[in-house]
Amino acid sequence: MAEYDIPEDLVYSRDDEWARAEGARVVVGVTDYAQKQLGDIVYVELPAVGTTIHQGDVFGVIESVKAVSDLYAPVSGEVVEINPELARRPETVNEDCYGDGWMIALVVEDPAEVDDLLDAAAYAKHIEERSE
Amino acid sequence: MTGLRRTPLYESHRRLDARMVEFSGFEMPVQYTSILEEHRAVREAAGLFDVSHMGQIALTGPGAVATGDRLLTRAVRPMRPGRVRYALLCNESGGVVDDVTVYRLAEEVLFLCVNAANVEKDYRWVVRHAAPDTEVRNTSEETGLLALQGPASAEILRPLCDPPIDELSRYAFDRVALAGCTALVSRTGYTGSDGFEIYVGVGDLVRVFDTLLAAGKPSGLVPAGLGARDTLRLEAALPLYGHELDDATTPLEAGLDRFVELERGGFLGADAIARQRAAGLPRRLVGLVLEDRGVARAGYPVAHAGRVVGSVTSGGPSPTLGGSIALAWAPPELSAPGTQLEVVIRGRGARARVVETPFVRAAPARAGR
Repeated sequence: MAEYDIPEDLVYSRDDEWARAEGARVVVGVTDYAQKQLGDIVYVELPAVGTTIHQGDVFGVIESVKAVSDLYAPVSGEVVEINPELARRPETVNEDCYGDGWMIALVVEDPAEVDDLLDAAAYAKHIEERSE
Repeated sequence: MTGLRRTPLYESHRRLDARMVEFSGFEMPVQYTSILEEHRAVREAAGLFDVSHMGQIALTGPGAVATGDRLLTRAVRPMRPGRVRYALLCNESGGVVDDVTVYRLAEEVLFLCVNAANVEKDYRWVVRHAAPDTEVRNTSEETGLLALQGPASAEILRPLCDPPIDELSRYAFDRVALAGCTALVSRTGYTGSDGFEIYVGVGDLVRVFDTLLAAGKPSGLVPAGLGARDTLRLEAALPLYGHELDDATTPLEAGLDRFVELERGGFLGADAIARQRAAGLPRRLVGLVLEDRGVARAGYPVAHAGRVVGSVTSGGPSPTLGGSIALAWAPPELSAPGTQLEVVIRGRGARARVVETPFVRAAPARAGR
């Protein structure tokens, strides 16, 4: 999948989010495929620090020029940090979705939930299956 | 996308990597690179839009002008050949059938440029209500239409047109030779920036499109899609049929009073509109600027002091202003600029202020070399 960046060291959900384990925390964002599909991001709504979210639940909203899309929690946990840059510059998600465009950091209840997620190869396949 | 119609520029759009969407039964480009980039290009340089999906209805013969006068909220009779007017087609209740531009080509020759969504409806409407001795033809299939919009438009077109078009005033048009083709060029548009609409035969579309893109490149011309067309017209507070206008909405409610010749009367819907004016409007279209974070979108409720009082007809980001803007229905007593309202976004009220429109007044035409 040359057209979409899919880092090997991350895991992915079927809803086009990525997760990165950083010790006790898991950092979450949306993938290159997601940001390209969405187009220009103009607004991101994230949960408050302290919120508990469950795997598969809607935890926020990401808006492009034309559309509003839900953000789905890839794992369960308590939100301990949200990226302050996205309120100021939502386009950061388009520019650097795996780095400066990160969204939330969670302390996860059940580290094994990360195993439910896809590795890079499986995610690439998931993208292919959905393309025409 | 199967079952959709395509303009002759479909392959050109694909080659430019456009993302295609369905619009009024056509497969059209929504963006080529990014909606925001294309929007900014129009405000700062120029953008080229394929709007061939729009329709044209030709009126000819001794009854053509009478038909125009009878169906449009503004008279055709006083128009000199070479002039264009924006006007409404209204029904007996004063509701809008479509918003159109009318071109007078000659004493007995006019055409209407109509919205893609309403071509069949408008054609049948005109046929049904035409004055005697009027020939009505739907020329949409044979007519291609491009919009070249932005401050660099005149400088891009100048070397390509014979006779030159740079002296063309707003709402005037001329027949010219362009890229070896015959074109009708009007100084009109739907973006609020200076620009031109270019009518050509469908067989000439690809050639004219390619010529313009190549000639305009040094001035910063880019192809632009329907996404940017919508964000631009919203900044200019121009109505979109199906959002601000429909057959249950009068031009007065939508703030289009200056395009309705009530004193003249004699056109379909005139009496109903006059009665509404005398009785007072039940609602008014207002421009809103969001003061809290968030994006207002069509359908979102508008509230005042905790009560829903209206709804958003069109909304989105304003790339020029930053933040979000919207057009919305409000009660007349809450429609004055400065009024504080709220747009309800996912159950939460976002503060919004009524403002004068347009939201963005584009820069005057760029001086040429």
